[in-house]
Amino acid sequence: MDFAAINPLLFISTMVAASIPVLLAALGELVVEKSGVLNLGVEGMMIIGAVCGFITIVHTGSPLLGVLASIIAGGVLALLFGVLTQILHSNQVATGLALTLFGLGLSALLGQNYAGIKPPNFPKPALGFLSDLPIFGQLFFKYDYLVYVAFLLVIGVSYVLSRTRSGLILRSIGENHDAAHALGYHVIRVRLAAIVFGGGCAGLGGGYLAMIRVPQWTEGLTAGAGWIALALVVFASWKPYRVILGAFLFGGVTLLQLNLQAVGVKLNPAYLSMAPYIITIIALVVISGTSSRFATLAPGSLGKLFHKTM
Amino acid sequence: MTRKLFHRVVALLATLLLSFGFAKADPAKVGFVYVGPVGDFGWTYEHDQGRIAVEEAFGDKVETSYVESVPEGADAERVLTQMALAGNELIFTTSFGYMDPTINVAAKFPDVKFEHATGYKRADNVATYSARFYEGRAVIGHIAGKMTKTNQIGYIASFPIPEVVRGINSAYIHAKKVNPDVEFKIVWVFTWFDPAKEADAAQTLIEQGVDVIMQHTDSTAPMSIAEEKGIFAFGQASDMMEFGPTARLSSIIDNWAPYYVERTQALLDGTWESVDTWDGISTGMVEIGEFSERIPEDVRAEAQAISDSIADGSYHPFTGPINKQDGSAWLGDGETADDGTLLGMNFYIEGLTGSIPN
Repeated sequence: MDFAAINPLLFISTMVAASIPVLLAALGELVVEKSGVLNLGVEGMMIIGAVCGFITIVHTGSPLLGVLASIIAGGVLALLFGVLTQILHSNQVATGLALTLFGLGLSALLGQNYAGIKPPNFPKPALGFLSDLPIFGQLFFKYDYLVYVAFLLVIGVSYVLSRTRSGLILRSIGENHDAAHALGYHVIRVRLAAIVFGGGCAGLGGGYLAMIRVPQWTEGLTAGAGWIALALVVFASWKPYRVILGAFLFGGVTLLQLNLQAVGVKLNPAYLSMAPYIITIIALVVISGTSSRFATLAPGSLGKLFHKTM
Repeated sequence: MTRKLFHRVVALLATLLLSFGFAKADPAKVGFVYVGPVGDFGWTYEHDQGRIAVEEAFGDKVETSYVESVPEGADAERVLTQMALAGNELIFTTSFGYMDPTINVAAKFPDVKFEHATGYKRADNVATYSARFYEGRAVIGHIAGKMTKTNQIGYIASFPIPEVVRGINSAYIHAKKVNPDVEFKIVWVFTWFDPAKEADAAQTLIEQGVDVIMQHTDSTAPMSIAEEKGIFAFGQASDMMEFGPTARLSSIIDNWAPYYVERTQALLDGTWESVDTWDGISTGMVEIGEFSERIPEDVRAEAQAISDSIADGSYHPFTGPINKQDGSAWLGDGETADDGTLLGMNFYIEGLTGSIPN
């Protein structure tokens, strides 16, 4: 057993990069749930974003267009969910699940001729001397653009939700849509916007997976990342900064598991594989232990049907 | 009724009868169940190439269908039942984890014939077939041992089943033989197909200093990572050349097409029997992909020689003396492993570190 083989700096920087897809998807879903909507279609939106981004980057050779395609594709699929649930009042849980199945199937169809193609390289920002700094260079200045975008997005979402008027409106709609409606806020419009934002984030997360991390298109590429993102939102108890913590934890445990195996630690990998989920459950139990606090954590109208006439 | 009308009716009936008699027989239906998507460019892709070969060989006489990405376990039983009910006469179940579902469903449909890949349970209507992938592992193990500079070889393993353990042992024996300092870092990912997880595993291994990666999983992600990081890798199940044009040294290719065609022919002829097939390099079920130019010429020749000697039967990859990991003797000098032990192989050989998870 040679723990020295695990390089902590490399480990941390890989963990950061590995956590980006779920981080983005969870951040988007967090905003959606804050507005009182439960969209279980994260996995479907991620994989559609992945395939559309991949196809675009292969054809145009432009990473920027690839990223845009990922965002738009995820957003369009989310809009479909929004129209069905917000305007046509379909059941959110069922529609979300259908969205995942639809996304998986559609992505397989779209991507049929793209399996086995290598995408152009995704550029990394040239940070000059910063990347060469000892320790700090490896820890902070060696990522691709989207890693920085993801963290800026977390800061942005946190700021908007807690410090701006629009964030307050969004949260009030999520807490009690009838009251917000009575105050004259456009519940459906705000929710549609939140849903599209969530879809865009999920699509970007998927795009990151296909264009940068793997980087390749294969059917079923996301392999459950969308579901992890959903668990992560609950783990983070609907707080943006905790999403980062959760994403590191989820990504880190998987990597730690692989690292420990490679140095020959005798530990059944199944334990570490289930660790993130156990931690989520424990976190939920701890949070809900003080029931009054838990009630304030989950948005009050989460998943409930809103109808103007009711 | 006039005589004329009577004649007409008779003529019509005769035509009908005749047309029934000469009508083409319904095509025989052959079904395939896959563990991954047909576009994985690895394991499932090669099985589907076999299915396509069946279609091409028999034309209208056979109709094939497949269900992809079927989870191993209870879900497989549902899919298999459905395929049997849909009128498939021969069903290929192409992953180890379908073993019990296949046996269970086969018991309910005694007239339907099943073929289970890589398993060891048979019944009157369940045949088994597999390829001696470990023969291919011997060849690429030799190349890996010669090519590594850091003496660290990474191995991405799927599930701790005999087939995978056999591959690790075979690769290790032959790498060690040409490079006594070689070490294997083995990572179990507990999935056949999860590109992101396989990419993570490859990344982890590279960070820990390996410069050659072998995989026993189905996606091409490790090959892509190897290409990106500038190390070596081997194609698994399929050639994978386009995923790592510089990283790929060679590959183990599964060629199921001849077997699938032969078994479908047997079905049509009515000579199908439950048999156990385990073929390797000699019949072409296991093919060694073209050697990369980056392998020195003498090593290429050595690898070819190993492949040839396995094909003509003069060499067995598991030839003693070989000890088990705990140091106890397994094979004596010159002794070769019997198929029974190989099929149930659940131990590492001497020199490998770590333990097989359970």
